[in-house]
Amino acid sequence: MASNIKNAFIAAIMAGVIIAPVYGLQIVRSGMQTHLEPEWDLVFIGMGIVFVFQAFIRPLIGKLLGKRGSAIRLPVLHDRSRRAAILLLIAIALIFPFFMGRAEVDIATLVLIYVMLGLGLNIVVGFAGLLDLGFVGFYAVGAYTYALLYHWAGWGFWEALPLAGAMSGLFGYLLGFPVLRLRGDYLAIVTLGFGEIIRLLLINLYGFTGGPDGISGIPKPTVFGMPMTRRAPEGQTTFHEFMGWQFDNMDVIIYLYLMALALALITLFVSNRVIRMPIGRAWEALREDEIACRSLGLNPTNIKLSAFTMGATFAGFGGAFFAARQGLVNPESFTFLESALILAIVVLGGMGSQVGVILAAIVLTVLPEVAREFAEYRMMIFGLVMVLMMMWRPQGLLPMTRPHVELNR
Amino acid sequence: MSKVLLQVSDLTMRFGGLLAVDGVAFDVHQDEVFAIIGPNGAGKTTVFNCVGGFYKPTTGRVIMDGTPIHGLPSHKVARHGLVRTFQNVRLFKNLTVLENLMVAQHQHINTNLLSGLFKTPGYRESEAQALTNAAKWLDFMDIREYANREAGNLAYGHQRRLEIARCMITQPRLLMLDEPAAGLNPQEKRDLQALIDQLRKEFGVAVLLIEHDMSLVMGVSDRILVMEHGKPITTGAPEAVREDPRVIKAYLGEE
Repeated sequence: MASNIKNAFIAAIMAGVIIAPVYGLQIVRSGMQTHLEPEWDLVFIGMGIVFVFQAFIRPLIGKLLGKRGSAIRLPVLHDRSRRAAILLLIAIALIFPFFMGRAEVDIATLVLIYVMLGLGLNIVVGFAGLLDLGFVGFYAVGAYTYALLYHWAGWGFWEALPLAGAMSGLFGYLLGFPVLRLRGDYLAIVTLGFGEIIRLLLINLYGFTGGPDGISGIPKPTVFGMPMTRRAPEGQTTFHEFMGWQFDNMDVIIYLYLMALALALITLFVSNRVIRMPIGRAWEALREDEIACRSLGLNPTNIKLSAFTMGATFAGFGGAFFAARQGLVNPESFTFLESALILAIVVLGGMGSQVGVILAAIVLTVLPEVAREFAEYRMMIFGLVMVLMMMWRPQGLLPMTRPHVELNR
Repeated sequence: MSKVLLQVSDLTMRFGGLLAVDGVAFDVHQDEVFAIIGPNGAGKTTVFNCVGGFYKPTTGRVIMDGTPIHGLPSHKVARHGLVRTFQNVRLFKNLTVLENLMVAQHQHINTNLLSGLFKTPGYRESEAQALTNAAKWLDFMDIREYANREAGNLAYGHQRRLEIARCMITQPRLLMLDEPAAGLNPQEKRDLQALIDQLRKEFGVAVLLIEHDMSLVMGVSDRILVMEHGKPITTGAPEAVREDPRVIKAYLGEE
């Protein structure tokens, strides 16, 4: 008990030190002058709350949890139940847009983009264990590949999509080379730098990429060559004319949603298969022990490059779709914060676990939208969630299940 | 005398000012068990690392069945049929026992991305073959009941056996064992000796062995190289080596 009080006291003082500059000193403007006005009430209330929590409530929580043991352990999904869960999710996702409003479907589309990015990064971080903080760079490459191809060559979405994936994959491959010898933190720093280089290039190649203004007016994907717009350009039929419908903006949104769903499902299928394939096993083995891998004749260079390339390719598809959906790309969309968010999705979901990544993508995209009133506290809540997760469930919401192959006795 | 499989000549490894290995030369014949012994710090493991491509030797030649392999990266050396275990077991601890054996077969199975994505018949067959091989080795090593367990959770003796199985499943021609008896109890040591004999007879694999346990070395080896301070002292049959005054001096010091 005495140590509890002591800890709580130290925690309260620390809290005081941290909150004092923010809440304790209010900047008051009177005419030309600004001066600081100390307001200690808020600080003391805050310190009081921290003290009470640390001294009394936390031991209580500890006791409760201790009594019930692993009461907050979420279920670990097994093969069959996982398949059922995935099928159920797909079914819900398919019928979802027809019953929802415009805003909901829009958010869901965003979720699916993040699912795609999360699953892509999951290959690099979760499977191959290569900490990549510059993943958004590949996303940007994909988005700009489509945007630039449209801007300079007039390509449509469907022609540009494979090239966007290939281009990102190529960048992933190229980045792979210099970082092959690096691991852990060093790798993280280099990839972080790579993401920034891409963004800065996009800003500074003004003549080519439009600089900070980006490229706008990017067309939405067509349906079998028919644009989904109110009026078609000369000599083309729009989709709604072809179907004999009235033009409705909602149709476009549902169409985009279904496309995002298809792309996300393809990503899910591929990453799900690949982890059960020799290359997936090799990724995991490399994550465990590179020297042992080499001693068994596995070429670490190829294995790492394949993980980087495949992860980047999916980011590229996601990027191209993002460009099409927004109709506008600029470097602002590809900041480090975005990389951090995607990484948070992977870590929160449980590294290597696909269902976990999907769940985390939903949580991390929907929560900020729902809690719009607390928008200013978004990053704080985000940080808090991460800290709590690391304390209580470091393996993620739904940890990866092993094994992928079993032998009957 | 049977054919020479591995030929090492004039091997020198220098780390800065330290000459860890100095002019070591030996050859290993087919179906032979060849041991390297010596006091701690004699450079035995460094020889292993040079032969296996983990270090690039300062000078020297390593020739495997007529092909020079010195200077090749370790994964290429492994593909020439030289596979090793490690002094402190290096399993893929979070992978299951079975997965450890599946990974080891990487170079022999169908790793084509598309055939895997679409599960072509060829891919299925290659996976099934890999599973059968793995099961065979699990049975051989008597660890099949642990197949679906994480390798890091096995008992130490079982981990050692799994590591050897993981090497053997790559179909090596030369198995290099770095202190395989370290940490084993007397019964497990006797089993290990029988295992090495069996591997050589049934699978025709040559064995290059580093070991401190003298009863194991004397019992299983055909020839022994004794090293001290990075230099080779003598090479010969176990009985000859045991009687050699230079060897006794190296181990026990001068009277």
